[in-house]
Amino acid sequence: MNISKPYTNRKGLGKRILRARQLYLFLLLPLVYLIIFQYVPMFGLQIAFKEYSISKGIIGSPWIGFKYFEKFFKDYNFLRILVNTLRVSLYSLAVSFFIPIVLALSLNCLRNTKVKKTVQTITYIPHFVSTVVLVGMVNQMLNPIIGLYGNAVQAITGVRATDILGIPAAFPHLYVWTGIWQNMGWGSIIYMAALASSDQELHEAAQIDGASRFQRVIHVDIPTILPTAIIMLILDCGRVMNVGFEKVYLMQNSLNLSYSEVISTYVYKMAFGGNSNFSYSTAVGMFNSVVNFVLIMSVNQISKRVSDTSLW
Amino acid sequence: MKVKKISHSASDNRFEAILLVALCTLGVIVAYPLIYVLSSSFSSPSAVMSGKVWLWPVEFGFEGYKAIFKNSQVLIGYRNSLFYMVVGTCINVALTMCAAYPLSRTDMPGQGPIMLLFTFTMIFSGGMIPTYLVVKNLHLLNTVWSMILPGAISVHNMIIARTFIHNSIPQEMLEATQIEGCSDAQYFVRMVLPLSGSVIAVITLYYAIGHWNAYFNAFMYLNDQNLYPLQIFLRDILISNKVDASMVVIDDGAAAKEGLAELLKYSLIVVAMLPVMIIYPFVQKHFVKGVMIGAVKG
Repeated sequence: MNISKPYTNRKGLGKRILRARQLYLFLLLPLVYLIIFQYVPMFGLQIAFKEYSISKGIIGSPWIGFKYFEKFFKDYNFLRILVNTLRVSLYSLAVSFFIPIVLALSLNCLRNTKVKKTVQTITYIPHFVSTVVLVGMVNQMLNPIIGLYGNAVQAITGVRATDILGIPAAFPHLYVWTGIWQNMGWGSIIYMAALASSDQELHEAAQIDGASRFQRVIHVDIPTILPTAIIMLILDCGRVMNVGFEKVYLMQNSLNLSYSEVISTYVYKMAFGGNSNFSYSTAVGMFNSVVNFVLIMSVNQISKRVSDTSLW
Repeated sequence: MKVKKISHSASDNRFEAILLVALCTLGVIVAYPLIYVLSSSFSSPSAVMSGKVWLWPVEFGFEGYKAIFKNSQVLIGYRNSLFYMVVGTCINVALTMCAAYPLSRTDMPGQGPIMLLFTFTMIFSGGMIPTYLVVKNLHLLNTVWSMILPGAISVHNMIIARTFIHNSIPQEMLEATQIEGCSDAQYFVRMVLPLSGSVIAVITLYYAIGHWNAYFNAFMYLNDQNLYPLQIFLRDILISNKVDASMVVIDDGAAAKEGLAELLKYSLIVVAMLPVMIIYPFVQKHFVKGVMIGAVKG
């Protein structure tokens, strides 16, 4: 039978789809989930450009363009919130990027496997502590009167401790270092895996050349984990504006708001706080999502040009 | 030929000794908050209030725990969290594996675009309010389904599963069974699933812990106290300081009451972490494996 090429391909495609019908069946429910709970909300993002009212619904509400975006940028809170968000996330990025690497490199140097495994296990545990429990622990232990902190200061200096939890400037430090406590072990796993599969011959060659253990770390271990580290850095940079809601919200109190109000908590308050305005809140949230998206695309592109490693 | 053992120089030994000390100190620092909480929970109210607890329990007792079990909120929270964890995880794992298998088949038409549909959601999403509106319009507010359906598939976990299936189950096996007339569905149920035991274990654990620790969905979507998971009650007691008067039933006056309220918080933390901590030693290697598979996502 004389069939021209494109026609054959099309016919082949139809056949292949038919043959794969069971696979599509498996995908059905997951896709339904994806559409309903991930893509329909994206459709709902349009209320950022509308004057949303519950009675009129998403489609019935009238368009107002960028009104709420302008309102956000002109809001006297805007700069403070943006600065708070960036401060916390850049601080977090700077510290929490390096610590798991240093931890992995150090653990890898140990010849004493008992200590190595014990320290690993201990540092993994905080990862499984829930956010609520973590903040609860912080509040309990840093209580200036009856907490560990308060008792320690009282015992050492005889004077009642100041309330750290009420000092706004302390918020970024508390947020970042409790995050380090929680995730440094978990974050080191990826690097431990990379180091475990490192080339033994390189190490032996370096040893024969007279390199000290420390030198071997610099010249063999670090290059081994460099690709992994770059990927992690890309991911972290892309998430710079992505300060999560839960932990900040739980750590906020009426005293530290000047440092602890970030974009995600502001979005929540604008929607469910006193003067509820879903459109305004969505506009702010959308601003955040779009910036995140642009950031991660850009960082990935930059990394593609500069090194050979990128996410896609 | 005699292989000369490479001896370790003195400076290397010093280096390692310093690292040893530093890492042990780190281990102590990281472990200390957990030990402190554990010890405080087994102490007496007055010891906790007067700051006598540093490392070991002072005036050992179970009063904190007794107060917890008298508290109906904690019991309701525990029951609900268990329910969400079991039912939620089953749905999670089923949906995730059903998505991971077809997507591991690169010969399936549309595999690329469909995969993109999934991974796109990792870098962009509708956000808090639009998602809330979807849940609301589906009349899921204040129901158990609002705890289970949003977030039913974690694309991150799905990628872990997909990568595992793609890398560990050879193409030859599929071809061999296809010759024998095995359909995709049969292949999935009879070959892929049994061979995927370890990755199923990994994602089950990830999802289960996620449900146990979950706070956000309940916070956003639930209003009925009877549906609250444990974490919401924890938040009320530990952070908002809403200690239920019925919890602290004591006749000794205000000071003792306050002591018990504080002691209760420590005991509550321990109780909340109990399931996770018990399972943890047994499953640690699975978690670690999961991270490694996820890292080589390719």
